[in-house]
Amino acid sequence: MSSVSVPSTGPEASSRSWKSIALVFGCTLIQAAAQMLIKTGANRVQHRNLLETLIGILTVGPLFAGYSMYGVSMILLVLALRDGELSQLYPVISLTYVWVCFLSVFVLHEPVNIFKGAGVLLIVVGVAVLGKGGKS
Amino acid sequence: MKTPLSSILYVLIGSVIGSFGAVLLKAASGKISRDWRVLIRNWYLVVGVVAYAVSSMFFVKGVSEGQLSVLYPMVSVGYICTLFWSKLFFGEELTKSKFAGLGLIIVGIFILQLGNR
Repeated sequence: MSSVSVPSTGPEASSRSWKSIALVFGCTLIQAAAQMLIKTGANRVQHRNLLETLIGILTVGPLFAGYSMYGVSMILLVLALRDGELSQLYPVISLTYVWVCFLSVFVLHEPVNIFKGAGVLLIVVGVAVLGKGGKS
Repeated sequence: MKTPLSSILYVLIGSVIGSFGAVLLKAASGKISRDWRVLIRNWYLVVGVVAYAVSSMFFVKGVSEGQLSVLYPMVSVGYICTLFWSKLFFGEELTKSKFAGLGLIIVGIFILQLGNR
């Protein structure tokens, strides 16, 4: 993979890195919505083998919509990775857990507890620390 | 409900495949184009997207049995792999704040899942 370009350093590198993080941020919002759709659709598929799962993804409406949104999020991810570091950006995807947690509380009315609150807080702090951790 | 070993293996293998998907997408991102004919010949992109699809299939299969609170935190294995692939394939620096940030995220994922019991 020697032809791969490494993002340059310089005065603009820091603002570019935040732009990439913002793109991944958008990515996580789309993925969280996708996961809700996939959760809705997954119960309608019997996962006896991988082929059945694949056919389910192609034929069950919410599953197909969910995975299509994953496709869109992947385009955003590639755009983000073009200007950013993989080691800095990839863990930002964990923000998806934060949105899924919010959605499960506010949309599915699952109970809130101290673990969910603390977990969400730690992930957000972790992402912030990562954001500062790139080349600047 | 006990989590079968096969489910754990499915999720772990899915995570590792996903981490390679990320590496391939990063490699692909250097030469993306608005022209779809160029895009489909960008094999890093094609294989990267396929890797993600395959890794999702492993996840769906894995979490269909067993406890989500046990299985979901194993996704972190993919994050740790990706950190090392970034160093190996792209020569990215592994700074203290990257380890610290990832550490906080992983602990966060574990604690979040404790709340889902």
